[in-house]
This record gives sequence, C-alpha cells and structure tokens, in this order.
Amino acid sequence: MFSEWKFTAKDIAEKPDLFMSGHRACAGCAPATVLRLITKALRGPTIATFATGCMEVVSTIYPYTSWKVPWIHTAFENVAANASGIEAALKILKKKGRIPQEQVDVIAFAGDGGTYDIGIQALSGAVERGHDFLYVLYDNEAYMNTGIQRSGGTPHGASTTTSPAGTVIPGKLEYKKPIADIMVAHDIPYAATAVPHYWRDLITKARKGIEVNGPAFLHVLAPCPRGWRSDISKSIEISRLAVETCIFPLWEAVNGEYQLSAASKAIALRPERKKPVEEYLKTQGRFRHLFTPQNKQLIEEIQKNVDRRWQKLLKLCGIV
Amino acid sequence: MATAKQKMLALNGDEAVAYAAKQSDVDVVAAYPITPQTIIVERFSEYVANGEVDTEFVCVESEHSALTACLTAAATGARAFTATASAGLALMHEILYVTSGCRAPVVMAVVNRALSAPINIHCDHSDSMVERDCGWIQIYVENSQEVYDSIIQAFKIAENPKLLLPVMVGLDGFTLSHTLENVQTLPDDLVKKFVGTRQFPLVTNHEGKTVPFKLDPKTPATIGPLDLYDYYYEHKRQQEEAMRMAPKIIRQVHEEYAKISGRRYGDGLIDPYHLEDAETAIVCVGSTSGTVKTIVDELRSKGMKVGLLRLRTFRPLPVKEITKALENVKAIAVMDRSLSFGGHGGAVFHEIRHILYDASTHPYVANYIYGLGGRDTPPNLIHKIYRDLQRILETQRIEKTVQFIGLRE
Repeated sequence: MFSEWKFTAKDIAEKPDLFMSGHRACAGCAPATVLRLITKALRGPTIATFATGCMEVVSTIYPYTSWKVPWIHTAFENVAANASGIEAALKILKKKGRIPQEQVDVIAFAGDGGTYDIGIQALSGAVERGHDFLYVLYDNEAYMNTGIQRSGGTPHGASTTTSPAGTVIPGKLEYKKPIADIMVAHDIPYAATAVPHYWRDLITKARKGIEVNGPAFLHVLAPCPRGWRSDISKSIEISRLAVETCIFPLWEAVNGEYQLSAASKAIALRPERKKPVEEYLKTQGRFRHLFTPQNKQLIEEIQKNVDRRWQKLLKLCGIV
Repeated sequence: MATAKQKMLALNGDEAVAYAAKQSDVDVVAAYPITPQTIIVERFSEYVANGEVDTEFVCVESEHSALTACLTAAATGARAFTATASAGLALMHEILYVTSGCRAPVVMAVVNRALSAPINIHCDHSDSMVERDCGWIQIYVENSQEVYDSIIQAFKIAENPKLLLPVMVGLDGFTLSHTLENVQTLPDDLVKKFVGTRQFPLVTNHEGKTVPFKLDPKTPATIGPLDLYDYYYEHKRQQEEAMRMAPKIIRQVHEEYAKISGRRYGDGLIDPYHLEDAETAIVCVGSTSGTVKTIVDELRSKGMKVGLLRLRTFRPLPVKEITKALENVKAIAVMDRSLSFGGHGGAVFHEIRHILYDASTHPYVANYIYGLGGRDTPPNLIHKIYRDLQRILETQRIEKTVQFIGLRE
C-alpha cells in the first residue's frame, strides 16, 4: 500500500521548494508552514487545487504566484469537485495517449470553512466516488481570511467575531465537528491527523495520502496567531501543546483501522504525560475569557470533553 | 464538397444531445440528474456502460460540482460536457462566471425550464435568460435536429483558441427534450474529424515562460488566482473582446458544418424567415419559432407581408445582423418566455428595442410575455400577435408596450 520512502532532515531541506517564499502570509502563520512541509512530501508531477481561503489569497495575488506546480482555484465550496475533474481528465487523457504515461498526483487544499461547512457536500461526494486524490484540511479553526468568524471547526469556548465572548454568552457554545472521523466513516483507504510541530509525522502522512490509491484525507491543525490571538513565535509550539493535551491527538486510519501515531501513543502508554487543557488554552487570547472566575466551569467542561474523546480514540485504536 | 451520407434516427431532443456529445469524442462528462434533462445523462451513461464512448463519466452529487468538475477537467486539457435545467442551472450560477473567467471551454446543454417557486418542471426560458450576462455563448435551438447540429458546433466554437469561451445550447424543455423527431445524424468519424482535438493557446506564465494554457506539470501555470483592482478589469475586458470575436467564429463553424451536413440555420447567428419585404415581424428564440413559421406561411398565402426573426445566438448578441434583418420592418413583436420582474418587458425585448433605438426607421416594438411554466402557445396566439401588429400599423400607435398572452387575467 505504501512505499518504503525514508527521508532525513537534510533530504527535506535540500528538496527544492515548490511553495515559494514571497507569499503574503502573516508572521507566524502555521498554515504556510504546513503547505511548505506538504510540498516536501511530493513524489513527482502534481497538480494542486485550492478552495478560496487565506492560503489561496496570500499565495496567488496576480500577477504573482508562490506555486511551482500547476495550480487552480475556482471557488470556496468545491475544491473536492475541482480535484474530481482534474483526476477524471488525467485518467482519460492518459488513456487516450494525449498526455505522458506518468503518474500525476492531485492534492486539494482547503481551510476549515471550506471543509467542515460550505465544502462538505463536494468533499463527501468526491470521496464517495473514490477519486484518487489527497485532501488536505489546514484547520485554523475559523474563517480567518474574512476576519475570524466561527466555523464548524471552531472549538468550544473560543471567542470569534461571530461567537464573541460576551457578558451572557461565553464564546462558541458548540463543539468542534469530528471531521476526520466523518471522513473515516466514508470508508476511505487513508485518513490521518497531523500538526506542524511533528513535521516528520506530517510529511510521512502526506506522502502516504499521496501514495494510496483512492481518496485520502489529512487533517492538519494549523495555528493562526491573528485569529487565535497568540504569540507569533509560538505557533509551532502551540501545535505541539494541542497534541500533548490530547485536544488534537495524532492518529491515522488505514482502511478504517485507527492507530495512534508516535507522539500520542507515548501519552497513551504513559498517561501521566497528558497535560491539562489549560496549558493549551492559556497560550491563546481567544480563550482568555475562560480564565475568569465565572467561566471556570467551562474549562472543566472542555477538559471532560477532551478526556471523553481521547478515551473513545483509545478504544478505536484498541488500547483500552 | 458533397454532403456526407447521413443516418436518420428517431431521437428526442435529449437523446439528440447525448448522441452529438458521444460523437464529439468528449473526454469528461460530469453531470447530475434533473428533470427534464435527465435523459441526456442516462443515455450518456449507457454509452459509457456499453463501451460506445471513451469518456470519464463523473456522476456528481450536485450541479455545482458538475460544472466545477467540467471546468477543472477542461483546464487540465480535456473536452468537457455537462447538461442541466432550471434549478440546476441556478445552482451553477456562481460557477458559470468562474468557468468563463477561467476561460474553460465547457459545453453545456440547458434544457430550458421554469424556475421555482412554485415548482414546475415545464418549459420557459427563465433559467438561462437570467444567466445571459455570465460570459457564456448562448445558442437557442428550434428543434431536435438543430440541437444535434448545435452541440457538435458548440465544441468547435468553445475550444477555438481565440475564444476559449464556454457555450450553452438551450433547448426547450419537454417540447423538444421529450418529443421524438427524425434527426439526420452524421457518421461518427466525420463528426470526430470535424470537432478535432483540443488546441491550447500559448500564454506567458509567472516565470515569463511561454506555456500552453492548461494545468500541465511540465509547464506549471496558476489558474484562478486572486485578481484585484490592478488587473481584474483588464481580464474582464479580455473576456468581452473574445465575445466580440465570437460571431465570426460561430458563423465560420456553422458554415463549415453546413458543408458536410447540408443544414443551415440562417447564418448561425440569426435565422430570418420571410423578412425581405415584411412589414410586420415577430422576434423570438427557441421552439416557438416553429409555430410562428407555420403562421407566417399561412398569412403569406393570404398576401400579408409578415415575417419572423429567430435569434439563434443570443450571446454574443448579433447586433449588426439584427439591425440589418429588421431594417425594413415597420412593426415588431418580441416574444419573451421569461420575465424580468418589475422591469419593462423581457430580456429579448430589452435587446431588440435597445438595438432599434439607433435605427433610422424607428419601428414600433411591442413585447409579449408568453408560455411561462410550460403554458402552451397555440397558433391562435401567434395570429393575435400578427393582428395586433397590423393594428399598430393602421393606428400608428402601440396600445400596450408589454403584455401577457395566453393566460387568465
């Protein structure tokens, strides 16, 4: 199913960049780091397609582009349909001998808005049809491109411009939609979660998603200092804390079989290493209001929910 | 050049569309079922299932994705086709603009049908008339023979490297889509040769290299970038420039096709009928022109100087041709099978009266809204319109500029 591709940090550093510098992402933007890491996982000719979103906007301001691979954007809600059309065209053009007989990989990128919310229909349809492509969700947990509005991927308690922490309502009331589990439930051959701190894990998973035949889904948590109200020098560290608190555990599901990845497995084996959610929440201004006395129970609720989901995951992974 | 030996098939309009798409060697079809267009998708699926066509058929989950997948398939270098109707076209609205803006030469059959609410599956032109500004070429046909011929022509028009404009071919829901007609069909190899394979114009990419305009890993290009106030306007102007070149290409393709098929629809842009000496005339699009022609024949046999101008190409609007065709007509009735709520008449009326404002003859131009939601348009309504035109000539005035016919008032 997967090749024996191995790489060293040096290999990755030396591999020419396909997502070039000069784009206009903000300081501390983790999604930009994620894109660069994923392009390091490419195995050959690739076509990239983007949903409307901040990474599309910052990387292709006409007449400039950061992309050294063929790249197309059409709209917000349809990146999986973009990939469907590209993949169908490649298949038939190759069959008819109109393009070289080589593998061309297709990667679709979208943020949380373009995936959890407006894009889920096209995504579900494309995955059901079994197109051979990797879908990368770079999840910065709100509509950051338009000014930090809540999405189905925004976590419970976060303050956004459409779920502001007010005197009566303390930020977003709903929980984050378990999008990667929803994709596993589509019975796809490969789904995984990743964060930029564990870059080796991230690159390996991206490569697996590219190599697998059929649809693959990679959910990457990508801190956004503007929207998360966090220190621009801490984005990668915050992504590590998300794993260490089990707010965002790392796992992969190959043909529906869940398996914890190294960083989360280490916590499963040594539960005392699991950090309390406060460690993560306190790094971000979007959760600041949770630390007031009247909202104390909200942190407990968040902790309970994280614990419940973690136990569920451990069960899925056959650990408890 | 002698025309090719043709095979007569009994096809309804939808089947004629599917058959023409099959013969045009389409690479990718992405479609979603919606009455009354469903038969197109069904027939095409059968061709695929029986190995009669070499096409990737993508049975998508919505029209929005149908057009999106066609757009990106076309951008990857494929010949792409889809079909829709009514609400389906409305759902595509966003992507219609994206398709033309990305210069993706997609061909789409639109089986014209009323828009909801109330929900209705029957014919009118509300669905595509509202999309007239979206940067697609629009061709409206009179019968199933013409839809067969027009779909084949549409690929050659859309993919012309000078144009790269998507084309929608409108056929009247049920009246054409579900009605069996004898359709003369060309041999497969001849159609394939006529349409040819896609050619790609060369463009300068971001590295200053000259590359074919498509998604190709050997020559990376970025398509569909963020384009702000410093370039967007120029790109829109380029689309309009392509539209302005389109009438010439549409005429050329129509003429080339006439040489192998022996069939012509006017000059491909407009289809005038007995207009040379006509004093009064109807202007319309779609299948109603068939009924109008019968009435014209009838009235002509009684010595009345009546005529018809059928607009075959509505976008781009053949302004010069329309002006010329109507230059001697004194009173004109424009028939609209769609409504612009709160406006002054329908879409076709707007254009015709607008064009004729500059004509030195200043003809009378009245508007008749008809047939919404599939309401039948029997001959007596057409008779009434010609009688009205006669009265306008006699009284030298229009009583009612915009009126509704064939309904309870």
